[in-house]
Amino acid sequence: MRRGITATALVAALALAATACGSDDDSSDSTSKSSGELSGTVTWWDTSTAGSEDKVFKKIAEGFEKLHPKVDVKYVNVPFGDAQNKFKNAAQAGSGAPDVIRSEVAWTPEFADLGYLAPLDGTTALQKQDDFLKQAAASTKYNGKTFAVPQVIDSLGIFYNKKIFKEAGVEVPTTIDELKSASKKIKSKTGKTGLYLRGDDAYWFLPFLYGEGGDMVNASDKAVTIDNAAGVKAMKLVKDLVDSGVAKTDATDGWDNMQASFKDGDVAMMINGPWAVADTYAGKEFKDKANLGVAPVPAGSVAQGAPQGGHNLAVYAGSKNLEASYAFVDYMTSVKTQAQVTKELNLLPTRTSAYAEESVVDNEIVGFFKPVVESAVERPWIPETGSLFAPLVTEYTKALTGQTSPEKAVKTTGTAYRKLLDGWK
Amino acid sequence: MAVHTSQSVAKAAGDDVARGRSRGTGNPPPPGKLRRALSTHWYAWTMVAPVVVVIGVIIGYPLVRGIFLSLTDANERNVARSIGVNHLPATYKFVGLDNYADALTGEQFLGTLGWTLVWTVSCVSITFVLGMALANILNRRIAGRSAYRMALILPWAVPGFVSVFAWRFLYNNDRGLLNKILSGAGFDGIDWLGDPTIAKVAVIVVNVWLGVPFIMVALLGGLQSIPGEHYEAAEMDGASAWQRFCHVTLPGLRPVSTTVILLSTIWTFNMFPVIFLLTRGGPGDATQILVTQAYKFSFEISPRDFAQSSTWGVLILVLLLIFATVYRRVLRTQGDDW
Repeated sequence: MRRGITATALVAALALAATACGSDDDSSDSTSKSSGELSGTVTWWDTSTAGSEDKVFKKIAEGFEKLHPKVDVKYVNVPFGDAQNKFKNAAQAGSGAPDVIRSEVAWTPEFADLGYLAPLDGTTALQKQDDFLKQAAASTKYNGKTFAVPQVIDSLGIFYNKKIFKEAGVEVPTTIDELKSASKKIKSKTGKTGLYLRGDDAYWFLPFLYGEGGDMVNASDKAVTIDNAAGVKAMKLVKDLVDSGVAKTDATDGWDNMQASFKDGDVAMMINGPWAVADTYAGKEFKDKANLGVAPVPAGSVAQGAPQGGHNLAVYAGSKNLEASYAFVDYMTSVKTQAQVTKELNLLPTRTSAYAEESVVDNEIVGFFKPVVESAVERPWIPETGSLFAPLVTEYTKALTGQTSPEKAVKTTGTAYRKLLDGWK
Repeated sequence: MAVHTSQSVAKAAGDDVARGRSRGTGNPPPPGKLRRALSTHWYAWTMVAPVVVVIGVIIGYPLVRGIFLSLTDANERNVARSIGVNHLPATYKFVGLDNYADALTGEQFLGTLGWTLVWTVSCVSITFVLGMALANILNRRIAGRSAYRMALILPWAVPGFVSVFAWRFLYNNDRGLLNKILSGAGFDGIDWLGDPTIAKVAVIVVNVWLGVPFIMVALLGGLQSIPGEHYEAAEMDGASAWQRFCHVTLPGLRPVSTTVILLSTIWTFNMFPVIFLLTRGGPGDATQILVTQAYKFSFEISPRDFAQSSTWGVLILVLLLIFATVYRRVLRTQGDDW
């Protein structure tokens, strides 16, 4: 009995904390404002890949302390999958939220809409705004204000193992049909699976959805489009890839399994973005970095497309050290920092002028992804963007594991979207 | 629980009570029930007052608040919040019993409830049978008995999340030990957590593994409290081993087993960590039980649906209250003193 009561009490208490305890005093004792010198603590939640990217970002972040000796930078690596909820919890409870968060592009309008982010227009955080790539800056604006500064931009491509491709005698597939035949050949010649397709994250489904001419929603028409014919076709397509053995998938631990399978040479291809490059190079198959090939995702029957992704840096509205946080964001998004990140991690800068830096010009991965990013499909930057994945991923996994039909999967997702987006078609 | 505590304290103060009453015999108008209770038990009430207040604050208030939220349409967007310079007032409204109607008529609650019941019944029955068997084995004088006991109690000593993550590694498709053994023996690997049916079996296995030690230890204690003479007498009457088990052991264990079944049913019904850490309710929502789904409403979807989450929480509480009441009544009719 007691467990029952506590379970309810817990749910209730958390809800309560969310409503009642949100009235934390905004004692803005910003010591930084009084003098010219910045001081205080800046806590930064970074969501980069732990074990490879995080070391570099920690080092760079702590470099800020050299410029401002009185500022203490607290670097925290939060796993990407948990960060959105963790930040929302902390922000709503009014305690425990970081001063600066690395906010995925889709989260940014949502956080801004909920009132968790400080507007950055006219602050030191936003320097030379015109310098940012247009696509990267798009997700930072909400209701006519700017709530974040673009840190990196990315998209999805196909990562392939050149050695396996050579062994099987196949070319890089540019269409889904080529993907199927290449995978079949790889299987018969080397016994390996062609493609690893993440079954536990619907972001990896987007290239197939765009390929068939579909999208999740059409924001300009205020219409839900996931459940139209293109959506059904795309869902059928991925199910067929898995069922026919072209691709393998998992319903849990998808990221770890994908990286491990690809790094060990168990699969020949995976769909991934620049953020996976550093981790992939650490694998035994890629000791020789030249073995890693990157190509655009194969085109579907209608188009070739990958989603535009990336990360922004946003400042928490309840931060006690706004001035120092603004300066930190500026430092992290400066041309110099971006060039360093590109050099060490092969991530794509968001500043136009950074692409003129020598280290960026010479970077092969950037050279590949730059055109991909430029032609990437921009997502609708509405507050609900961050909410669109949860219903889709449940149905996507259900379809891949045979619990529901592709038609029903997109239909259920569409119903959830219409409930979320009040008044949409 | 609060009521229970205060009663036992009142009983403990019983001596005072008796004296108080005997002194007051000459007065004809009998005082009201409440007044009499207060005047005789005032000391006990004073002593338990802090406990009552604390329980009221940490359980009562959130419970009332939870019930209140379940009658509104509160979610992340419309609750009051104040973040730094932004102050946003609450805009949620009272919707009466709509949330309950939605939950009870919708497919999702009943579907999840169905699996939750299957999960609870199979976990408790398998755990109980295994625990009973192991307790009986360990109750004999066998060589290395204490070593076996230590080994069998181990799953209980390891923190739950560690065990669950260990199992998750075992279940991994390509790198998990289970599939390595299978492929070593020439079989195809099994998609342990990816196939909806097998995933259900997989979560039950882990919960049974975690639950057996508790049942085993409790029943072992029960077994050791059954007097040896009962077995001797039964043997003298020519009862077989199975008959001795059915007619001596089982009735002897009754007080213990009824309690552990009640407890483990309630625990299993709300066993959040096993499901959440092993499958996150997946694949899709095949292994989602009521509490993990309530958590999902409150923490994983956006905007977070506090109203629906509270509704499910209240429904879970009601279901468990009904279960405990019925269970107690059944036991009472069978002559158990509770």
